[in-house]
Amino acid sequence: MAKVLLLQGNQACAEGAIAAGVTFFAGYPITPSTEIAEIMAKRLPEVGGKFIQMEDEIAGIGAIVGASLTGKKVLTATSGPGFSLKQEFIGYATIAEVPIVIANVQRVGPSTGQPTAPAQGDMMQARWGTHGDHPVIALTPASVPECFTLTIKAYELSEKYRMPVLLMLDEIIGHMREKIEIPDYDTIEKPVRKGPRVGPSEFKAYEPDSDGVPPMADFGTGYRYHVTGLVHDETGFPNGSAAATEKLLKRLHDKVERDIDKITMYEEYKLDDAEIAIVTYGGTARSAYAAIDMAREEGIKVGMFRLISVWPFPEKEIAQLAEKVKVIVVPELNYGQMVGEVKKAAEGKVPVKPMSKYDSEPISPKELLAFVKNL
Amino acid sequence: MEKLIEKYYRPRLPHIWCPGCGNGIVTSSIIKAIDKLGLDQDKTVIVSGIGCSSRASGYLNFDTVHSLHGRALPVATGIKLADPELNVIVITGDGDGTAIGGNHFIHTARRNINLTVILFNNNIYGMTGGQYSPLTPTDSKATTAPYGTLERAFDIAELAKAAGATYVARGTAFHANMLVDVIAKGISHDGFSLIEAVTQCPIYFGRQNKKGDASTMLKTQRDHAVTVEAAKKLSPEQLEGKFKIGVLHQSEAPEYTKQYQGIIDRAQKGAK
Repeated sequence: MAKVLLLQGNQACAEGAIAAGVTFFAGYPITPSTEIAEIMAKRLPEVGGKFIQMEDEIAGIGAIVGASLTGKKVLTATSGPGFSLKQEFIGYATIAEVPIVIANVQRVGPSTGQPTAPAQGDMMQARWGTHGDHPVIALTPASVPECFTLTIKAYELSEKYRMPVLLMLDEIIGHMREKIEIPDYDTIEKPVRKGPRVGPSEFKAYEPDSDGVPPMADFGTGYRYHVTGLVHDETGFPNGSAAATEKLLKRLHDKVERDIDKITMYEEYKLDDAEIAIVTYGGTARSAYAAIDMAREEGIKVGMFRLISVWPFPEKEIAQLAEKVKVIVVPELNYGQMVGEVKKAAEGKVPVKPMSKYDSEPISPKELLAFVKNL
Repeated sequence: MEKLIEKYYRPRLPHIWCPGCGNGIVTSSIIKAIDKLGLDQDKTVIVSGIGCSSRASGYLNFDTVHSLHGRALPVATGIKLADPELNVIVITGDGDGTAIGGNHFIHTARRNINLTVILFNNNIYGMTGGQYSPLTPTDSKATTAPYGTLERAFDIAELAKAAGATYVARGTAFHANMLVDVIAKGISHDGFSLIEAVTQCPIYFGRQNKKGDASTMLKTQRDHAVTVEAAKKLSPEQLEGKFKIGVLHQSEAPEYTKQYQGIIDRAQKGAK
């Protein structure tokens, strides 16, 4: 039965994972993401799933990679320093095409930084944190209900494209409490992994379908295949040739790029007649709604383009936005990260103004309003 | 009878190991142990890290993971906990398992999860060309220790035991039949098992340290290994410079995945 609850973003993320059919969590405690682990420790055994607190952040993501190979939907959660430690396995899961979901509840960095204060300073680490060229899918919820729905969405994308999906919360969203209507989990469609359509003797573990994604066999079902972080060919075994290297890297990128319109998610708020566009995401978007409403009362034509999927970056949509408005403002809780992407996509057609805040406090609606009025 | 090589090896030979390397002997000992126990090939998973020994996973006909440097144990833990019906065997080396993977090693032992770890100990980083590892003996030459190593080596069997491993054994490439036996016992043991397999690296360890060719290094294993039974009759002076082989430690403790099933049963009873 559907129910109405008062939940924290971290709680909604954990419940979204349960609703999506997650049965395995491994992680390590770290502020401000710890509630996700705590809730999973209690909830997973209730639904027959498994929780394990590992010896470190690396082991947390390593264990979910292993569990995913047995066909389970898996989650780990972390923040700042832990996100740095997880980068190596994010690259592994990308090249070995193992579906995993990582929630990163952002706090002030670098290093230990400000563990309990919000930031949006990991946006570029989400894109480029693991070494080498690789595609990325990252989502940024801006409300408690969206933590729930985007977590489910993360599994849909992760299973479909066989890759890590990053849930980029920030401390504002992770710890904010809000009303949320939660549907009966039985009514939620569980994302399904595409399995092999041929028997073990014909199976090539990394031979893609026309969508660029190879069907994935569960360990223990007789397919006996090899998983490696080395460059490999469609057999799954290492292949050091230039041709195999180019082919694999291209396919990993293509499977995401060809579907970018399906993956891209955004919200437009009072943007129809806007002369000023605020492009933002996550917790900062909360202040933008209020600032826009206040500005509109004063007759300022401002609206918001809220990024929901931040990676792959919606270049096409931002380019179109740059044709429509006179100026773009990018408020974010960092020294200026996504603003660079917005500038790149706007191609100089319109001024793009960063509004960077990195003092550990959120951007208030009044601050944003004042910034807009001073343009 | 189907030959072991046809049943258990993928048609991917020759392997990448150097002439005289002992890794082939250790790998075949694992296969013989699996065959001896009659494990279901479809329900057996081999997980390795990165390094010379960790390349073994790619040659073996099971579900196999060649994971990250030092990280075989977390991946294996995830597989075993997610599906306890699977037999999970871990192949690692001295650098992979005890340096970069050292933290995972002690904690996986502490948890007593039913994994069987075969640690190929060749006393050196071979894949990168001969740097010293935590199991390189003191005052050895390595490319990163041109004046000799200062550090003391771990006794990995003692470390495993102290960390809570419930089965600890050691074998050598020379004593291949005994190695099969201690690996088979480790796989049968319900808990965390460590088998240290002493193997020769004539190219990157032997050459720098004037240990002779592969056969000389195998003879050195023969001459310095003392079975656990024989060691009982020897004095500490007589054991100086020797190492014990056989089952070094075995104890009973609750196995992690079985204990976790108890948690599920309790949580589900509470929820209803």
